[in-house]
Amino acid sequence: MGGLPAGPVEPSEHEYAEWERRVDALMVLLSGIKGPQKLLTVDELRKNIEALGPEAYDRMSYYERWVTSITQTMLQRGVITTEELARKMREVEERGA
Amino acid sequence: MALEARFRPGDRVRVMNAYPLGHVRTPCYIRGHTGVVERLCGSFANPEELAQMRSGLPARPLYRVRFLQAEVWHDYRGRPDDAVEIEIFQHWLEKA
Repeated sequence: MGGLPAGPVEPSEHEYAEWERRVDALMVLLSGIKGPQKLLTVDELRKNIEALGPEAYDRMSYYERWVTSITQTMLQRGVITTEELARKMREVEERGA
Repeated sequence: MALEARFRPGDRVRVMNAYPLGHVRTPCYIRGHTGVVERLCGSFANPEELAQMRSGLPARPLYRVRFLQAEVWHDYRGRPDDAVEIEIFQHWLEKA
């Protein structure tokens, strides 16, 4: 995090999980690089990642930060409501149960 | 539509030492430091405004500014002429 000591950089590669590819695609679609609408700027994505707080930032993986930030941006812009999000999350949880 | 560029390559500039709320692209560690304008990179919409769902227009001049590492980090042990270059928007700079 911004200018704080963090030790050596350890480069690593991993195969992307399907959900990570989907989060990436979501970002491409919402930012209007492809597709008809621009519902998000990369600056909003960064702002909402910065707003996570240090504890959450360290705990989350790269695409977890992205999906959290994209969700926050969609709530802020009124594209989705908290209620809709809660309903959908319960649906998905029940599907997996 | 873009704001006029106030600085030229070679100008000495100081980075504003301010910590406003919001999304700011000027790194904390460089605020308050003095460097030299290396080049004008062009003019771009203000990311601080883009982050808040606004247009960020008029576009603002963005400069690449060169700082001496030894002046930025008090315990720097590399060569004395090592530099770090950072792209900074005009509204964060003042004439030094």
